[in-house]
Amino acid sequence: MSENVLRLEDVTMQFGGVVAVNNLSLEVNRGEIVALIGPNGAGKTTAFNCITGVYEPTNGQVSFEGKVIVANHPTGKMKKNYQGLNSEKYLHIKPVDPTPDQITKLGIARTFQNIRLWKSMTVFDNVLTAKHMRAKQNVFTATFRISAAEERRMREETMALLEEQNLVQFKDDLATSLPYGLQRRLEIARALATEPKLLLLDEPAAGMNPQETEELGQFIMQIKEKYDLTIFMIEHHMDLVMKFSDRIYVIDFGKLIAKGTPAEIQANPKVIEAYLGVTDDE
Amino acid sequence: MDLRKNKKRDGICTAVALIAMFALLLIMELTMKSTSILFTVLKKGVIYALVAVSMNLLNGFTGLFSLGQAGFMLIGAYTYAILSMPVAVKLSDSVYKYYDCAIGFELGIIPSMLLAGVIAAIFAMLIGLPVLRLKSDYLAIATLGFAEILRAFFQWDAMGPVTNGANVMRQYKDLTKVTIPFTDIRFPPTLFCFLVSGICIAIIVLLINSSYGRAFKAIRDDEIAAEAMGINLFKHKEMSFVISSFFAGISGAMLAMFQYTVQAAQFKSAMTYEILLIVVIGGIGSVTGSCIASFLFIACNEWWLRFLDESANNILGMNLLRSGFRKVVFSVVIMIIVLFFSKGIMGDKEFSWQRIFDFFHKLFHGKKQAVEEVSGNE
Repeated sequence: MSENVLRLEDVTMQFGGVVAVNNLSLEVNRGEIVALIGPNGAGKTTAFNCITGVYEPTNGQVSFEGKVIVANHPTGKMKKNYQGLNSEKYLHIKPVDPTPDQITKLGIARTFQNIRLWKSMTVFDNVLTAKHMRAKQNVFTATFRISAAEERRMREETMALLEEQNLVQFKDDLATSLPYGLQRRLEIARALATEPKLLLLDEPAAGMNPQETEELGQFIMQIKEKYDLTIFMIEHHMDLVMKFSDRIYVIDFGKLIAKGTPAEIQANPKVIEAYLGVTDDE
Repeated sequence: MDLRKNKKRDGICTAVALIAMFALLLIMELTMKSTSILFTVLKKGVIYALVAVSMNLLNGFTGLFSLGQAGFMLIGAYTYAILSMPVAVKLSDSVYKYYDCAIGFELGIIPSMLLAGVIAAIFAMLIGLPVLRLKSDYLAIATLGFAEILRAFFQWDAMGPVTNGANVMRQYKDLTKVTIPFTDIRFPPTLFCFLVSGICIAIIVLLINSSYGRAFKAIRDDEIAAEAMGINLFKHKEMSFVISSFFAGISGAMLAMFQYTVQAAQFKSAMTYEILLIVVIGGIGSVTGSCIASFLFIACNEWWLRFLDESANNILGMNLLRSGFRKVVFSVVIMIIVLFFSKGIMGDKEFSWQRIFDFFHKLFHGKKQAVEEVSGNE
C-alpha cells in the first residue's frame, strides 16, 4: 500500500519575484485519498498546474509511478532571481516539460476549480469526447466509419459512466444547463472517461451545501473503490477533508507547513495559526 | 419518440431529396440552354459552398479564426491549371509566352483535382507549423499575411516557368472537357460541380460527426479543458487546418475549371472576406447554413441584383442606377443581416427533417397540438 503514485520533490514555481509554490515535496500513495489544504492564495491550484503540465515549474521534479514526468531547474534570467532552495540538486537532470495532454495520457486526470465543461456540447458528448484520447482510430478510419465498432464501444462505455453517475436522464441536455452540483459530477465523470489512475480534484465541493458535500464524499469513496483510483484533492470544506481523506498536506504562502492524518492536522498549532491568524495578546 | 425510427426516416428523406436534386439538375441541363445565368449561379454557388464549408470546419468547428482560404484556393487553382494543361499547349507560346514551361507532362482531370487538394494541404501543413501556435486575432493576421505572400509568390517572375508569372493561365481542361468515364460523351458541367462538392462536403460532415470532429469542437469550446482531457491541441489544430485547406484546394481547382482562365491577381484577401461573409451569414458552425448562404450570396451578387447596375433605368428622373450601385444595395443587405440576424441564417444548428415535419404539423393541425407534440418530445 505504501507505493508512491505521485511524488513531488522541491517543486518551486516562481512568477517573476513571486514564489507561488516554494519547495513543495509530498507523496501520494496508491489507493489513498490525500487532501491539499491551505488558505486562499496559498498556491494549491498552482501546485496542481505544475503536476498537470499547465505550468512548467521553476525548479524540482514530479514523478508518477516512479517515472519522472516533470523536471526543471532555474535557467536564464531566473538563475539569478531564483528565491527557492535546492536548485543545484536538479542541475544535472534534463528538464522535462510535457504538455497537459501527455500527462493525461499517462493516467492523471483532473477537474477544475471553475467548472470547464464544453459548453456547446451535450452531457453525453462531453463524456464521449474525453474518450477520444484512448481511442485507437485515426482520422481516416474515423471519418469513413471503418472503426465503427470502436465508436460503438465508446458510446456504450459513456452510457455506462453516465448511468453510474445518475446523469442518464440529462444525456441530451447541454452540459451548461445542468444544476451546479451535477456539473461538478459531470466533470468528474468526464475525467473518469480518460481512464486515469490518479485523479486530481480541484475544489470538488466548492459551492455545495453540507448535504451535497457529504454525498460528494461518499461518491468519491465509491469511484475510488470501483476504479481502483488514487485521489489527490484540493478542498476548503473541512468536514469533507477531515472525514474522507487519509492524509492531509497544508500549505501556506507556497510552503508546506504541516502534514499528517486529519487528527494530527486538527491539533497542529501551525495550521490553526495559518487559518485563524495569531492574536497579539497571546 | 422512437429515435431510431426517426433516424431512419431522416436518412430516407435525405436520400430522396438528394436523388431528386441530382435528377432535376440532369433534366435541367439536358433541356435548358447551357448559357443560362441559372447554371452560372448554381456552379459558382456550389464551388463557394465547398470552400465556405471548409472554412467553417476551421472557424466554426475548431474555433481557429483563419483568413487564409483564398491563398489555398489559389494553390489549388494553379496546381490544377498547370497539371491539367495539355503538353501541346505548354510547348506552344499561346499560354507560356515569356517563359519555357518547366512541367513537361499532363494529367487527367480527377488526378489533377486531387493533387490540387494535396499540394494545398502540404502548403497548409508548412504554414501551420509556425502559425497555429498563435491565437485568435493573431492567427487571423498571420494566415491573411501568408495568403498574400502566396499570391505574390505565384506572380513572382522567377516562378514563371511554372506559374506563367503574373500572366493568365488558360487552355487547361475546363468544365467542358469533363466526360463520362470511358466514353466521349460530355458530362453535364453543373452536375459535375455538384457531384464533386457534394462528395467533399459529405466527407467533411462525416469528419465533423466523428470522434475527431468532437475533439475539434472541444478545442473550440475550451482549449484548457480539451488539453486536460488528453486532446493534443497542436496535432488537432494542424489536422483541421490541413483538411480544411485540402478542400479549399479542390474548390480552387473547380473554380479554375469553371472560369476557363485563372490569374493570381484574382485571389485577393477580398475573396477570403467573401467566403467569411458566407460563413457568417449562414451561421458559424452550421454546414447547411454555409451551403444555403453560399447560393444566396452568389445569386444576389451575380444575378438578382444585376439590374441595379443597368444605367438605362431612370427613377424620379435621376440616373440612380449605374454600375456599382449593386454593391451599395448589397452592403446594406449585409448590414441588415448582421444587425438583425447576428447568428446567421441557421445559427449553429443544422437543417433537420424533424423541424420541417413539425412545421407542417403545426400548419395543418393548429398551433396547440403542435406545442403539445414538441413538449412531448422533450
